[in-house]
Amino acid sequence: MVKLKKYLRKNWQLWIMLFPAMLYIFIFCYVPMYGIQLAFRDYDFTKGITGGAWAGLKYFRQYFDSPMFGVTLKNTFVIAFTSIVVGFPVPIILAMIINQLRNKKWKRVVQTTVYIPYFISVVVMVSILRIMLADGTGVLDGFFKSLHLVKDNVNLMGSERAFMPVYVLSGVWQTMGWNSIIFIAALSSVDTQLYDACKIDGANRWQTMIHVDFPAILPTIMILLILNMGNVLNVGFDKVYLMQNSLNLGASQVISTYVYTVGIKSTQFSFGAAVGLFNTVINFAFLMITNKLSKKATGTGLM
Amino acid sequence: MAGQVNKIKEKCMADRVFGAAIIILSIITFIVIIYPLWFVIIASISNSNMVNQGKVVFWPKDINFYGYKQILQDARIWKGYLNTIFYVGAGTALNMIVTMPAAYALSRPDFKGRGKIMFYFVFTMFFSGGLVPLYMTISSLGLISTKTILVIMVLVNTYNLIIARTFIESSIPNDLYEAAVIDGCSHFRYFFSVVIPLSKAVIAVLVLYYAVFHWNDFFNALMFNSNNDNEPLQITLRSILLLNEAFANGTGAGAGGYGQAFADQVKYAAIIVSTVPILCVYPFIQKYFEKGVMIGAVKG
Repeated sequence: MVKLKKYLRKNWQLWIMLFPAMLYIFIFCYVPMYGIQLAFRDYDFTKGITGGAWAGLKYFRQYFDSPMFGVTLKNTFVIAFTSIVVGFPVPIILAMIINQLRNKKWKRVVQTTVYIPYFISVVVMVSILRIMLADGTGVLDGFFKSLHLVKDNVNLMGSERAFMPVYVLSGVWQTMGWNSIIFIAALSSVDTQLYDACKIDGANRWQTMIHVDFPAILPTIMILLILNMGNVLNVGFDKVYLMQNSLNLGASQVISTYVYTVGIKSTQFSFGAAVGLFNTVINFAFLMITNKLSKKATGTGLM
Repeated sequence: MAGQVNKIKEKCMADRVFGAAIIILSIITFIVIIYPLWFVIIASISNSNMVNQGKVVFWPKDINFYGYKQILQDARIWKGYLNTIFYVGAGTALNMIVTMPAAYALSRPDFKGRGKIMFYFVFTMFFSGGLVPLYMTISSLGLISTKTILVIMVLVNTYNLIIARTFIESSIPNDLYEAAVIDGCSHFRYFFSVVIPLSKAVIAVLVLYYAVFHWNDFFNALMFNSNNDNEPLQITLRSILLLNEAFANGTGAGAGGYGQAFADQVKYAAIIVSTVPILCVYPFIQKYFEKGVMIGAVKG
């Protein structure tokens, strides 16, 4: 009791400073977690989130048995993994290129430019895609035609086959500069003595890059890879949703957009909650597995 | 001796090829990044028919400002703009008022229980109730379709909280605190008169992160608002750019021919008008963004 008094006397101000943030997190993160039970209940409008009759795994079964289960799961995985496989190496290569530029002014210009797309909103990004890739009038369409690669109009925005490449490549375009910042920073802290040693040994620039620069940023690469893997299935809702149309839905319906469609738009609250919970659990499991593996392999992990 | 000279020559040659390759690659990257942006700019002031025929490639043709005139006359854009400015201003201010004190408290090494509180925050980065329970919670608070929810949504971002905490922990020496305590300084006073003035760099970073988030936020408005009067700019943009809704002065998707052509020009203008504020301040704040990434990287 005395201890508690002493503790409070020392720390009450800190608790007050923490209070608003903790309250927000409680209401907007932990209360919804409590509301997960909606996934196991029949939603009853009159009784609120926790009052409906217990339904067990009914809604999960409904999802697993529906044809959308396979489609959404496959689309989510395909988009997520391609994004990592294609998107992860590009910023590293970009950072190495920028690091090798000898002309300071040009280096600055390139750096400033490649960060810009990161600040464009998703809505604008998708609009630019629509305009540039429009069939018949788009820039890319015209480019393909002028090279005689295609005869007919290519409708990249309304095709199931093109959805994933367009999504992933435009994502790389938008984020490669931003993601390269951290590697550029790591590269700039390489001990210059190593470069001098290389010169004396007669290594050329390519060899220096492979044998000094790359090993120097390898730890950074590993940590970021783990972080990315843990987040892999959090396929951004906004961009997928905005790029969706009836023509590409077979390739563009991912779990998060499906939750929105059934859970909010068609107000099947319990079903939506079940699908959402499934997504969260998969994500969480993924994070735990990568974390374990990375701890075993490199000794570094998140928690 | 001759072998040595040859080796050095070879090395020079290899370096020259390498240097050239690097410069070419950097030029290609530069063009790939800048061209789409440049194209939107020139298309917004060019004759739309020529744009659609693929005649506008590098420079604007038949320059006119029809698109801008249309978009600036459109009442919805202005409403969206005003709403977004409100959300950015009020939202970011609240974000900072909540985030900075919490970050300070979590940075105190002698604060017992801070590990557990940190876990309380970090856990929400990896596990959540999901969209539907969140929607139900907000709805039961009566906040759906109010301006309030669009201001306070993401009141504190755990990642930003960690950035601020790491900064305070690592760049403000603890000796300062001990000296202040001896002089009878409380946490509040120390926070306001020492921590805040010394944290200008991280405050700038967080203000920018939060402000850009509010400016570009589309998700929360889509989910939790259906009142046209509260619509932020991104939702307005979506109606104009992606849903092809008619403009205030007539030309819509169904108008065909000329109408559609002008509609395209208005779209380009809308993109520019909505993105210009961020791009204008961007060069001045770029170094802060880089700094933020660095601070965040320390503890990931």
